[in-house]
Amino acid sequence: MSKKLKIGWFSFSCCNDSTIVFTELLNTNFEKWMKLIDFQYFPMLKKKNNLENLDVAFVEGAIAKESDKKRLKQIRKNCKRLIAIGSCAVNAGPSGQRNDFDEKKKKEIEPIIKKLKLCKKVCALSEIVKVDAQVSGCPMSERKFVLILNKQLKDFKIIK
Amino acid sequence: MHNSEINIKNISKVEGNASLNIKIKNNKVQKVKLTFADAKRFFEQAMKGQSIQTQPQSVSRICGTCSIAHIMGCITAIEDGLKMKVSKQTRLLRELTMHGLMIRDHALHLYFFSLPDVFKKDSILDFEGEEKEYLKDAFELKKIGNKLSSVISGRAVHPRLPQVGGFSKVPTKQNLKKLVPILKNNRERVLRLIEIYYNAKADFPKKQKFSSQIGKFDFLTGKAPKEKNKTELVGALARLNRNKKNLHKNTKKDAAKYLKIFPSKNIFHNNLAQAIEIMHCIDSSIEIIEKNSFKKEKLKKIKPKNTIGIGRIEAPRGTLFYQLHLKSDGTIKKGKIITPTQHNQFNMEKDIKTFAKKNLNKMSRHDLEHEIEKLIRAYDPCISCASHFLKVNWK
Repeated sequence: MSKKLKIGWFSFSCCNDSTIVFTELLNTNFEKWMKLIDFQYFPMLKKKNNLENLDVAFVEGAIAKESDKKRLKQIRKNCKRLIAIGSCAVNAGPSGQRNDFDEKKKKEIEPIIKKLKLCKKVCALSEIVKVDAQVSGCPMSERKFVLILNKQLKDFKIIK
Repeated sequence: MHNSEINIKNISKVEGNASLNIKIKNNKVQKVKLTFADAKRFFEQAMKGQSIQTQPQSVSRICGTCSIAHIMGCITAIEDGLKMKVSKQTRLLRELTMHGLMIRDHALHLYFFSLPDVFKKDSILDFEGEEKEYLKDAFELKKIGNKLSSVISGRAVHPRLPQVGGFSKVPTKQNLKKLVPILKNNRERVLRLIEIYYNAKADFPKKQKFSSQIGKFDFLTGKAPKEKNKTELVGALARLNRNKKNLHKNTKKDAAKYLKIFPSKNIFHNNLAQAIEIMHCIDSSIEIIEKNSFKKEKLKKIKPKNTIGIGRIEAPRGTLFYQLHLKSDGTIKKGKIITPTQHNQFNMEKDIKTFAKKNLNKMSRHDLEHEIEKLIRAYDPCISCASHFLKVNWK
């Protein structure tokens, strides 16, 4: 069997719009990508997932919970490259809209923040771990995602 | 703020991480807790003081899966509050937008999430031989839904063209007409899908009440009867149970055999109901495009005032409520959003408990966990939950 790019797809605090865009990209790319990509961690598509030793982790969403910080660091340890997907992963928003609340609103949500053990500030991925590349957009730009994916396929010598 | 508000989890998207906790004591099921673990994103707080005009785009970010439904729910509430009457053309374009959403969203659920259960596979990635033919159907149907939304609303996720008072751009006749043959050519695929879920052996009947709009089957303008039930099930099964007579005539003709199943109390028939709704959306879209012509139209002017507006629409997973308090300066005073999964969560937990009690000593832990996941997926509660990301903590 020829070598495949081992990828993982992860979602943190967001609306999952980029995941939906990815499933739409499968409409036309599925056959091709199945030959080139091992969807090693993709809970939206399968139950049996493996986090270890990924080539590339695609991560959408911002980091809004303390437990998610640990999880993101764990993903970083297990991948050679980490790519931020969509506006929330790249800029922490719109899901991190509470960062910009006025004092009145911040006070209003304070008990919930404490109760649910949420971070005081919602963070972009790059504030927590090293990010190797990013696909911006809300949802992510399809064109830019395909360009970046193709770059990974070339860099990891899956295609020439 | 009172602690009770902490339970409003579903205003943030829930199709991320879901976990289930079942407590067993003395070999008996004690407690079932289904938790949606994604971080709260405070949309109801965020909307306070924001402009009426930008709200539909803001709430669109609650859910990438059904952003269109949130846009429509929000627009409907604002127009209801301001007593705005939109044109027939706008109503039809909105209906087409909802049809596009239903086709894409139901197809994603039925093929990507539930079909592996039918074929006893972990994933669509494992499909082989004839099973792969269904993947082709999946991609073609998703494409149609996507295309329909894109032509009418600009794009399928967070579309920008639907606005308070109308559409900021009207699709060209040429682009609309191109959709008709594509829609017609894919009816066969939907019939195959319907047949699969008609024959799928999965049964979990129970007594429960159903709630949905009744009347015109357009997901937007049906009547909303008053409900007195403590718990209700919403979604495609509820819609077919209560409103199947208003499906498109061509759907009723070609799906006559399958429609006899409804009303049904078997939650697994939610899958069959969704498949039939795809057919209805295709047939209705063909008729709307063929019988109407669309022209450039100005947006209705917004005249803000102090008022309260209610939006009650049918999202793919069931009834979606918006209650917005509007101010005369053109901003939102406050708002409340109730999503379909909030309606269904109680029922889901009850069903899981009943199922687990019945089968705890009959199945292995592995099989029981798998069967419970199938049950949850039939509800189509949210993406990740419905896609094999259920973590069960046995205690």
